[in-house]
Amino acid sequence: MTLEARDVLSAAIGLFALFNALLIGTMVLNWTERKFLGRLQGRVGPTRVGPFGLLQPLADAMKLVLKEDVSPGPAARAIFWVSPMLIFVPAYVVWLAVPVAPGLVIRALDLGIFFFIAFSVLSIVGLVLAGWSSASKYAVLGSFRSAAQLVSYEIPIIMALLAVVVATGTMNIGEVVGQQGSAPLVAILPLAFVVFLIAGVAEVGRTPFDIYFAESEVVGGPFVEYSGAHWAIFFLAEYISTLLIAVLASLLFLGGWRWPFGDGLPAAAAAALVMGKAYLVVLVIFWVRATYPRLRIDQLMSFGWKVLVPLSFAAVIISAAQEFYGWHAATSTLLSLAVLAVPVAIQVRYQRRPALERARRYAERAIANRQATSVGG
Amino acid sequence: MTMHARSTETVDMMLNMGPQHPATHGVFRMVLSIDGERVVGVRPHIGYLHRGSEKLSENESYGQVVTLFDRLDYVSNLNNELAFVLAAERLMGIEVPERAQYIRVLLCELNRVASHLLFIGTYALDVGAMTPVMYTFRERERIQNLFEHVTGARMMHNYFRIGGVKEDLPHDFAARVRALVGELHKGVEETDRLLTFNEVYLARTRGIGVIDARTAISCGLTGPCLRGSGIAYDARKDDPYEVYDRLDFDVPIGEFGDCWDRYWVRVRECYESLRIVEQALEQMPEGETMAPGRRIVRPPKGEAYVHCENPRGDIGVFLVSDGSDKPYRVKVRPPSFCNLVGLEPMLKDAYVSDAVAILGSLDIVLGEVDR
Repeated sequence: MTLEARDVLSAAIGLFALFNALLIGTMVLNWTERKFLGRLQGRVGPTRVGPFGLLQPLADAMKLVLKEDVSPGPAARAIFWVSPMLIFVPAYVVWLAVPVAPGLVIRALDLGIFFFIAFSVLSIVGLVLAGWSSASKYAVLGSFRSAAQLVSYEIPIIMALLAVVVATGTMNIGEVVGQQGSAPLVAILPLAFVVFLIAGVAEVGRTPFDIYFAESEVVGGPFVEYSGAHWAIFFLAEYISTLLIAVLASLLFLGGWRWPFGDGLPAAAAAALVMGKAYLVVLVIFWVRATYPRLRIDQLMSFGWKVLVPLSFAAVIISAAQEFYGWHAATSTLLSLAVLAVPVAIQVRYQRRPALERARRYAERAIANRQATSVGG
Repeated sequence: MTMHARSTETVDMMLNMGPQHPATHGVFRMVLSIDGERVVGVRPHIGYLHRGSEKLSENESYGQVVTLFDRLDYVSNLNNELAFVLAAERLMGIEVPERAQYIRVLLCELNRVASHLLFIGTYALDVGAMTPVMYTFRERERIQNLFEHVTGARMMHNYFRIGGVKEDLPHDFAARVRALVGELHKGVEETDRLLTFNEVYLARTRGIGVIDARTAISCGLTGPCLRGSGIAYDARKDDPYEVYDRLDFDVPIGEFGDCWDRYWVRVRECYESLRIVEQALEQMPEGETMAPGRRIVRPPKGEAYVHCENPRGDIGVFLVSDGSDKPYRVKVRPPSFCNLVGLEPMLKDAYVSDAVAILGSLDIVLGEVDR
């Protein structure tokens, strides 16, 4: 097997195009996040640079690149400068196998889903090295948190994807989309979808799972000592990963470029449809970010191991049983929803209800207090 | 070569939080010894914002000391002014006109709401929720706009005088306050609904930083931190000053003394304060706003101690006069400083994240801790 110059050139062009597309995607995502969060919080978000503040991410990127790049004196210099790349490269490479329209993909790997799993784990190495080489206690604490968090949330993601693989019989992402003819997979595997989304949010470290760079605790975690262009690379990697989770959710669960009004969309429209669905997922992630506080590391771990891992195993088993016995698709839906109801019920029973009761008791006591004082006075 | 038994002992890590740390609300510094994520020891360091307010007071005339009290707890300025002004009035035996008393109470309660709103927002930020702070700052801004309208300043008001207040209220005050109370009610409720029963928020605050009533008392906690442990002590009720005995309000208390209770007590207090504001506005008589008498304050030789309920707890002012126009000694009992004593018992078995949540729930203001 020989490598021809033509192949190398086309691969290089493809990679370059992908990199630029991801850069633009990151900027759009960043702008969307700031605008959307602003609206949720009674603000307007960026308005000054460009129309609707659209060029704000560009201005920020310029600022970051032009800034002085400092490293702390006692840092392990070589590792310190390399680890941003160790985080960015896996996040970038995964995109090679992700199609955004039929045929619009660098390499349509038959093991696309496996490729994603294999590479997304690698970013942990970068995070730990970044934290360790920074010679800062916050960074070390943050990087150990990240190692614990990412390793535990890798399992639910893998199992959720396994449920998809079992249901569709392929690991090629494009073929998974092709299989979702009559109904998107989310209708058949709602449990796997929920697990994938939650674990995905944890995987990219967004609220309520932003524990390893928690602003108010470890002040940025592994990234605390980075500045300028190197910090920008972390930032880029984070947004690329967020976008990836959303696009994968769109492709694997929401039907990708399939929609109920006939097939054969032109490539541009298909890509728009994929991205539109992905952005719906992204908006949900941002919405969660605006709503929830941050979990504590032990709560995160117990949620991961005691709730998400069992749920993801249940998803695989349901999916496998359905394939094996040839049940109707709706059986899987109902079973998934039933399993999903269990943790919700537990949460309501043991967390929410005691708090509500406590609040009611306090309110009653206040009223009793008021009557006592008004009788006395 | 002999094999030495390899030591498997681990060393606790020393983690320095502050004075520049987003969670320490100013320049508080706590040195945590941590074992993994668990806190095994804490050493608080204070004094980074020490400005010598008490000593400075000895070189200022009585009227000027009020400005220094503005700068103690810089998010509830009027409540601090009130404590000093009351002490001086007690020393001189001044009878303050009723209208001035109502004005003071009304503004102090609004200031309490502003202070609690700040707490709710920043506390949510401490546990990682970024939205409530936007809502509460918006509401706090309304209160500050009103203060600017009345006193001329958004924060350092210098509005209370020994014997009354600087000047009468603007003519549109009543209408503005009525509108404001309605808006604040809605604003507090909005944040309350978003945060109070939020699943993650409950997980982060329920059963965290528990301090039982006995420990709370022996540590000298006051204010919401004490009431969160179930002790209904409130200087406004137990030792009424100004016109608080004519106003109908509840003292919300908690039960377990955890972070959620301390938070919830403050939220309830916002509603109670708004009730007080409404009543004070109804009952406010017409009349003078300044006691008649000499403009130069020269109290007789003697001493006085006054304590009142600041949003953070019991602020006490001990004032000694040598008969001159400057105080001989001003001693402040700062509630935030005393509440910090509770930090260590609360931090028992806490995680690093809890340490942030617990410190936040004490609601310290460093201007007052360090003075």
